[in-house]
Amino acid sequence: MNKQLQPIVQALQKEFDAQVDEFRDEVHLLVASEHIVSACQKLRDEFGFELLSTMTAVDYWPQDDPRFHVIYQLTSLARNLSLSLRVPVAGNSPAIPTLTGVYKNANWRERELWDMFGIHIEGHPDLRRILMPADWEGHPLRKDYPLGYEEPQFTFNFKEIGLGKPHGKE
Amino acid sequence: MTQLHEVTMDEIKHLVSDRALAGETVLLNMGPQHPSTHGVLRLLLELDGETVVNCIPDVGFLHTGIEKNMESKTYQQAEVMTDRLDYLNTVGNNLAYCLAVEKLVELDVPPRAQALRVILAELQRLASHLVWLGTSALDVAAMSVFLYCFREREVILDIFELVSGQRMMTTFIRPGGTWRDVPVEFEDAVRNVLETFPKRIDEYEALLTKNPLFLDRTLGIGKVSAEEALQWGVTGPSLRASGPDWDLRKTRPYSGYEQYDFDVPTHTEGDVYARYLVRVQEMRESLKIIRQALDKLPLGPIRSNDHKFVPPPRSEIGVSMEALIHHFKLWTEGFSAPKGAIYSAVESPRGELGVYLESDGGPKPYRVHWRTPSFNNLEVLPVLSKGVLVADLVAIIGSVDIVLGDVDR
Repeated sequence: MNKQLQPIVQALQKEFDAQVDEFRDEVHLLVASEHIVSACQKLRDEFGFELLSTMTAVDYWPQDDPRFHVIYQLTSLARNLSLSLRVPVAGNSPAIPTLTGVYKNANWRERELWDMFGIHIEGHPDLRRILMPADWEGHPLRKDYPLGYEEPQFTFNFKEIGLGKPHGKE
Repeated sequence: MTQLHEVTMDEIKHLVSDRALAGETVLLNMGPQHPSTHGVLRLLLELDGETVVNCIPDVGFLHTGIEKNMESKTYQQAEVMTDRLDYLNTVGNNLAYCLAVEKLVELDVPPRAQALRVILAELQRLASHLVWLGTSALDVAAMSVFLYCFREREVILDIFELVSGQRMMTTFIRPGGTWRDVPVEFEDAVRNVLETFPKRIDEYEALLTKNPLFLDRTLGIGKVSAEEALQWGVTGPSLRASGPDWDLRKTRPYSGYEQYDFDVPTHTEGDVYARYLVRVQEMRESLKIIRQALDKLPLGPIRSNDHKFVPPPRSEIGVSMEALIHHFKLWTEGFSAPKGAIYSAVESPRGELGVYLESDGGPKPYRVHWRTPSFNNLEVLPVLSKGVLVADLVAIIGSVDIVLGDVDR
């Protein structure tokens, strides 16, 4: 582990009961969802992590508790450090608190989380779908959401498939 | 016919001011088919006369589900999708993906491949900045720059065609190295670029840098401070125009960038003009890097020798049983990566292009997430455009340099 990261990790371990995991020289901290906002606040204000690089999630379906891991990738420009926080979220009505009060760019990333994984963001100022259409059903990046595709039309099944398309139903 | 969902005022009323609800200001759509939104970007503008009160970006028109698609492909197959993300930075996307895969499976890349990657990535940066320069100048009514920029970009695309057979979707960089070695004509073609481009960049600068009409449209427009830019996750040239000299090629060197001597241009004004200056200076720095990389381009293999991950050369397959087995395994099953998650980022022409890659131990990525710079750079647009004129908004969109394929993925 990077020497500069050690005191930061120890502080988070002590205060927020975070679990540490290292893989390929990257440090992942497992934090409970009720601590994530205060952990990020502390990292930004005390340890100089000014940039929330990205926020994303992973779906471990059919495992249910935790079903999701939400990942926060933080960067410190001044000290050239990276840290990744992971928040386990259960599959039954998944929800995490919003981070928009700490990092403003969490806004769109959290909308993306809602759109793609159906993880509800508590306290978000503008929780609408962002990439999918407003009336879309389901959350595409969940593992139980099938990867759909359009069946190619050949001469022998042209009509049959054409009828299944939305415009063919008139 | 399926019924189209109509967005009602109720759904967006928290985004506009009270005056819009009283009918004092006008709500106007800009895009998704509008020439100066650089793709399919829709902006819902709340206008008071010609002044922008609120700007609400609506993205997703180019959403192609690349992250979902990559989960169902092997590591080699998934690479083809990366070209389609940011279609002006295809080589850079390949590089970001390959570095992530190499980090995950701990694969070494021979020096020649690393140098080739740097040369091509910098050529791509030049090509991308040329498109940006041409289109953003066109937005503020400087027509001729556009024609010159696209003429020069053609030369670079010809080099990509020379090495990979494709002008845009090259997929030339592969996990463990490159697809093939470059042909003998490559060096002359790149030297030609190195010789002609400094003069060309001088020409663009002669047309724009001190042009009073251009200065009028760009100076002091769309200002953002360094702190605010970071709060909104802005990276790349748009951030460097506000002060911080954060360039991943310098701060976290990859592919041997630490061997090359180059500067990271920064400005402090944070307006449209500063973003213009940073990118033009960056083009000159890219040329410096390409020249150094080409001068000491090492000889040797262009792919790793680890045939668990990299297919053996065709010549070996006919004579070696082991090579044949590797070839068969790689092209049917693919290679497996150890269980774990990594995040790896490169400096794309637009900022920090990061790949989050998680593996469950199988031959397909369990989850791929793209931290695309345009997504964050676009999110700051409502802040930049508070209280500007509609015409200035056009200049601001041009200056943050978004690619909608990169935003929507």
